[in-house]
Amino acid sequence: MALKIVKGSIDRMFDKNLQDLVRGIRNHKEDEAKYISTCIDEIKQELKQDNIAVKANAVCKLTYLQMLGYDVSWAAFNIVEVMSSSKFTYKRIGYLAASQCFHENTDVIMLTTNQIRKDLSSPNQYDTGVALTGLSCFVTPDLARDLANDIMTLMSHTKPYIRKKAVLIMYKVFLKYPESLRPAFPRLKEKLEDPDPGVQSAAVNVICELARRNPKNYLSLAPLFFKLMTSSTNNWVLIKIIKLFGALTPLEPRLGKKLIEPLTNLIHSTSAMSLLYECVNTVIAGQYSCSVGSVCLRISVVKYLGLLAMSKILKTHPKSVQSHKDLILQCLDDKDESIRLRALDLLYGMVSKKNLMEIVKKLMIHVDKAEGTTYRDELLTKIIDICSQSNYQYITNFEWYISILVELTRLEGTRHGHLIASQMLDVAIRVKAIRAFAVAQMATLLDNAHLLTGNMQRNGICEVLYAAAWICGEFSEHLENPVQTLEAMLRPKVATLPGHIQAVYVQNAAKLFATILKNQEGNTDSTAAQETSQLMIDRLPLFVQSANLEVQERASCILQLVKYIQKLQQKDVEVAEEVSALFAGELNPVAPKAQKKVPVPEGLDLDAWINEPPSESESEDEQPKAIFTKEEPKHSRPRHTEVDEKELARRREARKQEQANNPFYIKASPSSQKVYQETPGVEHIPVVQIDLSVPLKVPGLPMSDQYVKLEEERRQKERAEKKKKEKKKRKEKRSGRGKKHDSGPESEEDITPAHVVDIVTEEMPENALPSDDDDKDPNDPHKVCDIQGNLQDGSQVVVSVIFENKSDSFLKSMEFNVLDSLNSKLQRPEGSGPHDGLTVPFQLPPGVSNEARFVFTVQSIVMPQKLKGTLTFIVKDSSTHEKLDFKLHFTCTSYLITTPCYSDAFAKLLESGDLKSSSVRLEGVNMPFHHLLARICFHHHFSVVERIDSCASMYSRSIQGHHVCLLVKTSGQTVSIDAKCDEPTLLGNVLDEIKQTFSQC
Amino acid sequence: MQFMLLFSRQGKLRLQKWYVPLSDKERKKISRDLVQTILARKPKMCSFLEWRDLKIVYKRYASLYFCCAVEDQDNELITLEIIHRYVELLDKYFGSVCELDIIFNFEKAYFILDEFLLGGEAQETSKKNVLKAIEQADLLQEVHSEAEAPRSVLEEIGLT
Repeated sequence: MALKIVKGSIDRMFDKNLQDLVRGIRNHKEDEAKYISTCIDEIKQELKQDNIAVKANAVCKLTYLQMLGYDVSWAAFNIVEVMSSSKFTYKRIGYLAASQCFHENTDVIMLTTNQIRKDLSSPNQYDTGVALTGLSCFVTPDLARDLANDIMTLMSHTKPYIRKKAVLIMYKVFLKYPESLRPAFPRLKEKLEDPDPGVQSAAVNVICELARRNPKNYLSLAPLFFKLMTSSTNNWVLIKIIKLFGALTPLEPRLGKKLIEPLTNLIHSTSAMSLLYECVNTVIAGQYSCSVGSVCLRISVVKYLGLLAMSKILKTHPKSVQSHKDLILQCLDDKDESIRLRALDLLYGMVSKKNLMEIVKKLMIHVDKAEGTTYRDELLTKIIDICSQSNYQYITNFEWYISILVELTRLEGTRHGHLIASQMLDVAIRVKAIRAFAVAQMATLLDNAHLLTGNMQRNGICEVLYAAAWICGEFSEHLENPVQTLEAMLRPKVATLPGHIQAVYVQNAAKLFATILKNQEGNTDSTAAQETSQLMIDRLPLFVQSANLEVQERASCILQLVKYIQKLQQKDVEVAEEVSALFAGELNPVAPKAQKKVPVPEGLDLDAWINEPPSESESEDEQPKAIFTKEEPKHSRPRHTEVDEKELARRREARKQEQANNPFYIKASPSSQKVYQETPGVEHIPVVQIDLSVPLKVPGLPMSDQYVKLEEERRQKERAEKKKKEKKKRKEKRSGRGKKHDSGPESEEDITPAHVVDIVTEEMPENALPSDDDDKDPNDPHKVCDIQGNLQDGSQVVVSVIFENKSDSFLKSMEFNVLDSLNSKLQRPEGSGPHDGLTVPFQLPPGVSNEARFVFTVQSIVMPQKLKGTLTFIVKDSSTHEKLDFKLHFTCTSYLITTPCYSDAFAKLLESGDLKSSSVRLEGVNMPFHHLLARICFHHHFSVVERIDSCASMYSRSIQGHHVCLLVKTSGQTVSIDAKCDEPTLLGNVLDEIKQTFSQC
Repeated sequence: MQFMLLFSRQGKLRLQKWYVPLSDKERKKISRDLVQTILARKPKMCSFLEWRDLKIVYKRYASLYFCCAVEDQDNELITLEIIHRYVELLDKYFGSVCELDIIFNFEKAYFILDEFLLGGEAQETSKKNVLKAIEQADLLQEVHSEAEAPRSVLEEIGLT
């Protein structure tokens, strides 16, 4: 025996240590795998020895090999052996190996519980530290459960080194074993004010992480964190706190206001980019008032983020962003192009009828100054986008717009000629009143065409000539001097333009010619008319020689026509009527529904194939005759299986969306639609015009600035009139207010938060279940809300249902149906019966969950409602119909909306005397007062109005505008709630529900 | 933080620390994926990238890449700061650290990391405190091994 030990010890001297192993691997680059396998064999030998030092060395080497990707799970037990060594040197290695190699499924972990417990209570703080560190990597639910108490004790250890580790590891424990959160939380909260900064920051870390998963439960800590935030100088801690506030503000809007100041200070004062970034990020995520965003804008580094923040705010609070217009316009001067582009994006969303002209004017200045064509092109497209958005919604003066477009044509080297051109065409066609003005402008453009076409090759701007020529031709009756324009259109230089433009020139020259003839024929002197014909005949041959087919064809056709007209003219025959008849008929914009109004000609089946598509599967060998002999009509069965109503509605919606974005479609006004409904025919295609007041015509090439002034004058007049009207309106409003509580002047700010409606599932077969969520432990960090009702206006409740497929098979054709009660009804699409189910718009593969929303109409909200329903579905594999019953429980609470109320308003409400009162007492409630309040806020959608010591007033409002006020007092374990509400039944039910909440805990 | 990886320019893993429980297979796949993705990136490219539902923050120091995976809402800049702080700690401990230090003393590198981060959260923001803790733990270890080594051999042979 002794000999064996001696031998073992001597052998040990020749064992490889870790350095030898690493060196060996590096020296055996070619046959690394082979070398390592011999090493592993050696290690296996070493592990068989009794000497703990040898084992530790072996385990250390294994840890290295594990990192290289070798499987070492076979040595798990040896690792535990080394962990339990009494010597720190080996223990350290053992725990390291364990933290690297163990995972949840390693079965030996179970054996370690007692060892770890022993180490945790070791007098040596480093033993404890090492155990905690290791545990943080391989903690399992079992370990967490067994050791939670020990770790909790360590949170109050005398040494800060242990305290901070214990606090941090508690987070992992909470994740694995959520039940431990509740008993540990008070101590965790204490640690927020620990004298040691490391422990404090650890506690902040843990609570922030917890709060990010479930912020509602941590609202009560906000004041404490606020204090920390204003006092702490540790950036690491600050970042976490700010992140926490980012999660809390959506729940408590008042926090946002309070945070503005410290956040602004931090943004101004900090030099740490990461902190700055976090502040700005929080601003972006939260819906802070715009002032913080504007603060960001002043600091160049985060300008980009600030702009990003603004664009988020813009979606919710457009007004507050508009006040920072100047600041945003300044950003256009920034050196950085991406900042300028961001600012442009913002401007797009900011324009209104009032400021459009001003903004575009500023942009035009930038266009002139801009360097680099890309940015200039970007500006140009933005100007056009801004002006033309939502069907020219913001343009009050189209003359101004045309002049802007004309000014834009003077840009050098832009690629967006076609864009300007299409805008010109669009406006000229659709805005009738503008045509005379537009034609005058276009004529000038044509006259000065040489200015535009100076550099033809790289110049996209000549596209505008296409539009100019067409407008002049089509609306030639508005031309002041048509002959001059005709002359301009037939200049030899035109032949250098691209083919498609020449073609338009030729065609429109003919139109012009017709107009001129018509004008001149009235005169006694016929020479003028003949001169015009001669001009055409002289100039057209140039185009006849064109290499472009289109140009050539049109030119030769028109040339022959003019020659014939000339002949007739010489015989003094009146031709003008006939010539203009060639181009008679006005071109009108077409309404989106126009195609629908055209009746399908009799005998035309749009769904039938014109040519039967060749079927692929048919092989010629088998059915050679089929090709020639008459087959029974395969398509006798209607191919177009009925698309269900929903699908149709969806498509219609998609199409509408598309059309709304397409400037060439104008939405038909509902009145015109009705008129034409019964009189189908092409001539009745509904035509919509943009009806706008256009001020006096300004001749010549206008400067857009003039219009800005004109517009302002016009507006001032209007404003004066409006004020009168508004006064009247206000009076009416006041009298009409009646019972309904007016939340404020802006209806946009009326955001209704989501509300929880419980679903209670009765029977639970093994297949799919709408997973339910009965026990709502507010402290559970992984809470899943399953059914949420979202209350809209007074009578509608949106219930979102999460379907979770817990089975192993694929589920499809789900139908959701609810048995309506007198009071609550499921809203079904038009045309379906009162007992029809709603198709759930998705299928569920196994293990997947998805959410669908259903709208319920509720008449009275004073009583809780229970609706029975069924979900039917088909299991794909067995293709059997399955049924699942459930109950939807609409509590009265779910009709309440968390509405903040200020104490003075609250007092007035109570004084008014309209409210009936009621009260309830709760016995044996054993929880801190703020927890109690948080619970009422969370479960019953109240907000705290005021809190003084052990007494608090709370407020909430129902979707139908009932006020519910609570006065909560606590003494010992008794809580008394005095409540007032203008609807006693509702109040009674809400109080019952509150009572129930507290009886469960 | 979900995990931290250190790897060389050749793609060899030098250190790995996982703060989420994953099987060996998944770990291997993730590290292989990430090493490939990051090595393919050019030096001028951003240090942050979105990968699956995580954000990857990496930085190269000499021939070593330090790479951390954080959750979506986490602050990338502070993660970069954490990496830098860890490098500073290594540097202080080894005295101008190089890749070989980490290869040959990889357990030490782990010990330092464990004193600095715990369960994926920064536990100690003071460099001094971290190094002090490591020094004292090392001291403890040396006291053990110096006193033990000869004695234990003798003990085992049965001479004492």
